[in-house]
Amino acid sequence: MANRYANLCIAITGLNANDNPGPGMAVIRSLKESFGDSLRIIGLSYESLEPGIYMRDQVNKTYQVPYPTEGTTALLDRLAYIHQQENLDLLIPNFDSELFNFIKIAPQLQVMGITTFLPGHQQLSLRDKVHLKEFGEKNGFYVPADQKLYHADDLRKAVDEFNFPMMIKGKFYDAHIVYTMDQALKAFHQLNASWGIPVIAQQYIKGTEINIAALGDGRGNNISVVAMRKLYITEKGKAWAGVTIKDDKLIELANKFAITTAWKGGYEMEIMSNDKGHLYILEINPRFPAWIYLTTAAGQNQPAALVKMALGNDVAPFEDYQAGKLFVRYSWDHIADITDFQQISVFGEL
Amino acid sequence: MKIKSNIATSENGFIFNPATGDSFSGNAIAATLLLAMKSGKTEQEIKQDILDRYDVKADQLNRDWEDWMLQLKEANLLEIDA
Repeated sequence: MANRYANLCIAITGLNANDNPGPGMAVIRSLKESFGDSLRIIGLSYESLEPGIYMRDQVNKTYQVPYPTEGTTALLDRLAYIHQQENLDLLIPNFDSELFNFIKIAPQLQVMGITTFLPGHQQLSLRDKVHLKEFGEKNGFYVPADQKLYHADDLRKAVDEFNFPMMIKGKFYDAHIVYTMDQALKAFHQLNASWGIPVIAQQYIKGTEINIAALGDGRGNNISVVAMRKLYITEKGKAWAGVTIKDDKLIELANKFAITTAWKGGYEMEIMSNDKGHLYILEINPRFPAWIYLTTAAGQNQPAALVKMALGNDVAPFEDYQAGKLFVRYSWDHIADITDFQQISVFGEL
Repeated sequence: MKIKSNIATSENGFIFNPATGDSFSGNAIAATLLLAMKSGKTEQEIKQDILDRYDVKADQLNRDWEDWMLQLKEANLLEIDA
């Protein structure tokens, strides 16, 4: 049977395959594995040194797009230009901070002929770090207690309630574990400068870190759920190695989330399993994780399933995956020419 | 006491718990014991095999067996009795 997806043109963000990687390259790898190398991949980048821009065997062409703060008009204008050049079939955003805008312009993209498969603004907001505790209380999930910090003085109250160690988190990205008030203040100012207020102070839960990658169909079902235990964690708290695990409690947790929110698209649950076996939700990221290729390796290609659903095809829920599939991330000095850097920096295209 | 049915063991003593991601390395005798337990042999049968093959007294074996069970329990590798 001919591969009906083989000649699709798919735009993808998150090409920053660095020490705190975006999911873009792992999504591309999964798609190529399922649909083949004739797939045309269009990278959408924000900065000139996102490694994926230069990985020409993976990304056919890259266009810079405006930062989310520039608003939806600028984004739509840029995408209209890219669409004119490339005739995009589908767009898969992979950053938390850009999702609000992409969700907002999704209907216009659809009119242009560019399909997406995204949650709504309400779903996006429910799992926002700022609302996560409230979401957990309302729906019966374990979520660590938190406090929103709008000013450095608010840290005092957070310390009184949580004591040290405590987590200090940015609105969109980054989390620091802090053991002293000095560290807490430094983290607050740093995260405020990067992502704005509120900064979030969160109760520290001791336990085993587990992540779940899942794909919701928007009707209350998960098409795929794959759990991974972190085996090696970087200073930034990112998994540098991990192994797939299988536990019904984790699947049930993700299924409960899908039913509660009718989530549409990829998402990641960051879980801490404490010594009583309670599964605390630390965060829910509204997109595929950087380790998404592990789901493909374990037998559930979530990015490929998303593409099929986005194009209106029914996808039967995956039933099983291989536990004990290991990933070990590595770094690699990719060589490019300065003219490539010049091209993307000056013209915004490569 | 039974090893959890989902626990993966290898002939060289490597143990992987697919529900938690925990892994352990055992020595040669641990590998032999695990394979015997996984094959469904009873405690008595396994102990008799050891007594037949090694120069060990029954008292010592029983003490070592208790210790072995404790280690397996702490590692969360045993079925919890109803």
